[in-house]
Amino acid sequence: MLEIKNLHVRLEAEDKPILRGVDLRVAAGTVHAIMGPNGSGKSTLSYVLAGRDGYAVTEGTAMLDGADLLAMEPEERAAAGLFLAFQYPVEIPGVGNMTFLRTAVNAQRKARGEAELSAGDFLKLVREKARTLKIDADMLKRPVNVGFSGGEKKRNEILQMAMLEPKMCILDETDSGLDVDAMKLVSEGVNALRDAGRAFLVITHYQRLLDHIRPDVVHIMADGRIVKTGGPDLALQVEKNGYADILAEAV
Amino acid sequence: MTVLDGGLQPEMRVGVDRETIETVQAMAGKYKYGWETDIEMDFAPKGLNEDIVRLISDKNGEPAWMLEWRLAAYRRWVKMEEPRWAMLKYPEIDYQDQFYHAKPKSMAGKPKSLDEVDPKLLATYAKLGIPLKEQMVLAGVEGSDEPRRVAVDAVFDSVSVGTTFKAELAKAGVIFCAISEAVREHPELVRKYLGSVVPQSDNFFATLNSAVFTDGSFVFIPAGVRCPMELSTYFRINAENTGQFERTLIIAEQGSYVSYLEGCTAPKRDTHQLHAAVVEIVILDDAEVKYSTVQNWYPGDEMGRGGIYNFVTKRADCRGARSKVMWTQVETGSAITWKYPSCILRGDDSQGEFYSIAIANNAQQADTGTKMVHLGKNTKSRIVSKGISAGRAQNTYRGLVSMHPKATNSRNYTQCDSLLIGQGCGAHTVPYIEVKNNSSRVEHEATTSKVDDDQLFYCRSRGMDEEQAVALVVNGFVKDVLQTLPMEFAMEAQALVAISLEGSVG
Repeated sequence: MLEIKNLHVRLEAEDKPILRGVDLRVAAGTVHAIMGPNGSGKSTLSYVLAGRDGYAVTEGTAMLDGADLLAMEPEERAAAGLFLAFQYPVEIPGVGNMTFLRTAVNAQRKARGEAELSAGDFLKLVREKARTLKIDADMLKRPVNVGFSGGEKKRNEILQMAMLEPKMCILDETDSGLDVDAMKLVSEGVNALRDAGRAFLVITHYQRLLDHIRPDVVHIMADGRIVKTGGPDLALQVEKNGYADILAEAV
Repeated sequence: MTVLDGGLQPEMRVGVDRETIETVQAMAGKYKYGWETDIEMDFAPKGLNEDIVRLISDKNGEPAWMLEWRLAAYRRWVKMEEPRWAMLKYPEIDYQDQFYHAKPKSMAGKPKSLDEVDPKLLATYAKLGIPLKEQMVLAGVEGSDEPRRVAVDAVFDSVSVGTTFKAELAKAGVIFCAISEAVREHPELVRKYLGSVVPQSDNFFATLNSAVFTDGSFVFIPAGVRCPMELSTYFRINAENTGQFERTLIIAEQGSYVSYLEGCTAPKRDTHQLHAAVVEIVILDDAEVKYSTVQNWYPGDEMGRGGIYNFVTKRADCRGARSKVMWTQVETGSAITWKYPSCILRGDDSQGEFYSIAIANNAQQADTGTKMVHLGKNTKSRIVSKGISAGRAQNTYRGLVSMHPKATNSRNYTQCDSLLIGQGCGAHTVPYIEVKNNSSRVEHEATTSKVDDDQLFYCRSRGMDEEQAVALVVNGFVKDVLQTLPMEFAMEAQALVAISLEGSVG
């Protein structure tokens, strides 16, 4: 599904290398986790894949089902099935959450040459998906992320993901700022979306999210590279001993 | 947002939310009203002098007092100087190089009903989506749960083509007709109120209008009557090198209510055209008037060629106790906008509200705002202004809040927000505040922001293209004002906001 080869990225403004040769393959139906210390390049990787401005790719490729992600506009990547759940979801004052969702869903459908959802069908769908995430009608009417609590913002990201039904889901520190109950709710939302045709890349600092969203593969990222790859027990090892051992071993 | 008083909050309505960007996308093309109607016209000779004033008066079949009034205004105007205090740059206007009266030849016989009107004229309004048949509703509301009827006065260059629902309105005692007709048919009302809110001497453009005004609408709502439908006037400039000088007079007697809508469009032309209108509203005890405008005159091209020069004086006089006026304007068109719809809060406990969205893109310039003049006790006013600038445009909010010594316990709340798109545009806020008593309160809040890259990226990462993303963010920015518009206009305005900003990013 997702294939990243030797990806090198610089921050345009500072001309500073952030990613220094990332290699990653995520197969359909699997969940990969990326862990790593602050500043290792985890969030940069997610932004570069989603197409945010301000980064220059100097080397390497990123393909989604054989299509060159890096050549596409952000909205084309979304229509091709890529989704990024933001670490800090953005507030859009005055724009109702429902309006935002409907505009997004129909923009993607249109880009893929599909018929747009009617108001009725959309409403039915959004209510159904919102229920499982315990998102009430009021939250659907409020302006996008404005005045939302940390937990509400993250649940809202997962709602968007559920509505857009992407193939490749990237979760950027979705657990940050969540209490135990909210983490459970968000994880259930993610788990409900797991299926054979969909893959996940879960970026996190902590093992505890991975107790809820069980990964197939765990990667450790440091200094702009993936330095170690293993099974779920790699995350447990990090939780117990920190990154120091692994980093020392990698050098 | 601080709210001054629960009673002054705009009415919130569910439904506007149902919007959308699809409508916007469907309305492809930049300025969709830029075509012209090929029709034979009668022009008065070019230029302006007393004979032209006499000719306009004669064409309208006016009584002598009206001509005298016009001539007095003309004689005053020739001694006046064009105001230059606004933040607007434009070459000198040659007032002798235009036509002051243009009328379709087919209107010479004064058609008695719409059935007799030239099909070309009817087709023009059909193409604009303006219903001139009484069973039709405004475009955009068909299929809504409760189709509301709207009476229309259609003004084409210098003349009113026709007015719908007149008979039905007359049953309720409401008079809705062209002002030229009102001068002939209801002289007692026109004489009593014309110039009583915006005097002939008010300002250069109002004085010019007083001398040469052609058509416009006249509305009279008798005491205790709630107007049974919304009234609207649709102004179309078609003829080249012709100024449009419409005059509108609205009188709401004790305890009455009316909601009035105004729309404006013009063909695409390389030359500038002058539009100098006057709107006067008189509101007596306990009466309420809502006046909504979607101003979409041709804005000129990307290089600033062509477009309407819009110099307009609009004022409401809340003469009666507890009277109320609400101005809502969506200003997306015109090369130059010079317009300050104002409220004279003379009656005790009267209220004035002003909600404005002013969008300036490319080379457009807007200097717009309001005046709230508090004369009576316990008067309240509220101003919400949203200015959006893109391209090389300059957008100025200019407002006056004045609390007179007798206006005790009065309040004003002003909120001015500016949004900038791109690097080449400007936003300016010029609030004047005068308070001459100790018990009144004035609040002013102002913000300036840019369309945020993070917001755009967030929208795009969900699948919207850049223009959709900008339209969504901007529509969010102007939402509190859009909510004060009647449904029909809210939809149109929302679509317009997006179209006006086309090409502003990327």
